[in-house]
Amino acid sequence: MRAHLPILPLLISLTGALVIPLVGFAWRRLCWPLAVAAAGAASAAAIAGVGEVVARGARRYPVGGWAPPWGIELVLDPLSAFSAAAVATVATCALLASGPGATRAYGMALPAFYSLALIALTGFLGIIASGDMFNVFVFLEIAAIATYGLVASAGGPALAAAFRYIVLGTVGASFYLFGVGCLYALTGTLNMADLSARLPATSASPLLVGGIAFAGVGLAIKMGLFPLHGWLPDAYTHAPAPITAFIAGVGTKAAAYAMARTMLYVVHRPDLPVTTALAWAGGVAIIAGGVMAARQSDARRLLAYSSVSQLGYIAVGIGLANEAGLAGAYLHLLNHAVMKALLFVAVGAALLRGGRPWLPALGLDRTMPLTAACVVVGALSIVGVPPAGGFFSKWYLIRGALDAGEPLLVAALLAGGLLAVVYMYRLTEAVWIGGAAQGAGGREAPASVLACLVLLAGLTIAAGLASATLVDTILVPAARGAL
Amino acid sequence: MNYPYWVAVALLMLGLYTMIAHRNLMKKVIGMTIFQTAIILFFLVLATKREAALPIVPPGAVDPRAFMNPLPHALMLTAIVVMVATTGVALAILIRLHALYGTLEEDVLAERMAQPEAGVAPPP
Repeated sequence: MRAHLPILPLLISLTGALVIPLVGFAWRRLCWPLAVAAAGAASAAAIAGVGEVVARGARRYPVGGWAPPWGIELVLDPLSAFSAAAVATVATCALLASGPGATRAYGMALPAFYSLALIALTGFLGIIASGDMFNVFVFLEIAAIATYGLVASAGGPALAAAFRYIVLGTVGASFYLFGVGCLYALTGTLNMADLSARLPATSASPLLVGGIAFAGVGLAIKMGLFPLHGWLPDAYTHAPAPITAFIAGVGTKAAAYAMARTMLYVVHRPDLPVTTALAWAGGVAIIAGGVMAARQSDARRLLAYSSVSQLGYIAVGIGLANEAGLAGAYLHLLNHAVMKALLFVAVGAALLRGGRPWLPALGLDRTMPLTAACVVVGALSIVGVPPAGGFFSKWYLIRGALDAGEPLLVAALLAGGLLAVVYMYRLTEAVWIGGAAQGAGGREAPASVLACLVLLAGLTIAAGLASATLVDTILVPAARGAL
Repeated sequence: MNYPYWVAVALLMLGLYTMIAHRNLMKKVIGMTIFQTAIILFFLVLATKREAALPIVPPGAVDPRAFMNPLPHALMLTAIVVMVATTGVALAILIRLHALYGTLEEDVLAERMAQPEAGVAPPP
């Protein structure tokens, strides 16, 4: 079993996606438990992968016994193990919370809904595990096509949002593929390890610069990096409420991981301004996303623009490309996934109980006090108040920016925190004071949703308290691999 | 001269322009298809060599320079599958949009979505 740890999370998730339609055809009730079980097992396998990497070091896994460069290989190293564990765990929590809402909204389509969610999870885990540039493209599109379907399944305005997402997502994936084609023409290989060995020796030809630029812009679209985030706010706002936490929590993280992997481990050309461009794009994204988030009056749209801002933090960390900056970026990958899933689950719970997403009407304190308390935990983490996780990732990011001697980026990181105070105050005020009289009706969220909220809130705090351990045992080795 | 590469890049730009410039969603799908096809063409051009045979290798020792590179063809088979799936989802969404709002023009669609009663029944 241990020999197959690199591929195990993917296989479990894919098997779940194939079994659910078969079982769900006869017993629709089983779809949700099966999906949670499959995601949970995938998450357990991914966490076992982290233990394996810490104990025994990185590992390459040739799929089907075909040795690279002819075969496709998967890579289990500190970065991929950590990202897979983060993505799978948050996905499990998000799926756990989706049950009551999805059962009510989907009826006959429930098996298809959960099958799509697990296919998307397979895609995300595949992007993370893959050690082959073309294979990353395939998994990007597997994840994206499943996500298009999930977004569109809400009907009405979600259809237009999904169409926009398809057009931009396809442009992103195609740009990435074009970039990979340029790098392949230059080096004759698609294997990441081979590419990273051959690329540093090549001259800065137009083919190399074009390849890096196309692949970078493609992945930037996929991860929703400002100003290429056009698909993100509509998709998050109109996606079906039960699955928004899943899409928003883990959707962009896999692409952010692919960006780090491609730009730092595969390309790694300090002579070209690759990381500088990424860091400054991230700095602009932090400010722009924060300003736009502060202007929203729909809670879901506010959280979507907050994601644009938080993804900027990750881009800054990748762009800084020093130890503290990278550790901060990877830690923020986990923290943002957890806290954004938490907030979207809370808003989803309010919608489930008949609430409306407009900030003036979102009062939850009287009727859903526990949900409202969890919103505060998520908000504190986004703002960056210790001991919530968000504080620690921003701490490392700021240290990275100081180490790199970039006072403007430090200013952007701090300003992003101030903007987060503004927009998270608006959300928290709406939840606690806002429209108590007209808030969500009657009762606290269903037990499974509450369990998930408490679990995610606990994870937010735990990720903060354990951040030093995480950084020392796995994130610094992950960062060192890139430097 | 590398004319085939310029054709691929020209098609790429044509597809991108069609996606950006046209307000009709169906035309955006057409632009998307041209765009993806251009990339497939680019990869296939990469594989070709002058005076080289198809990569069907006879038994015995062979000179790899006498054959075209089969790898881009294999990659593009996968890319074509991805492209078909994307186009399929896009067209399915357009069918639902047209059934709900009776138009595929972007601005008319936005207008009808803004009306609260739209999206309930298809207009006549």
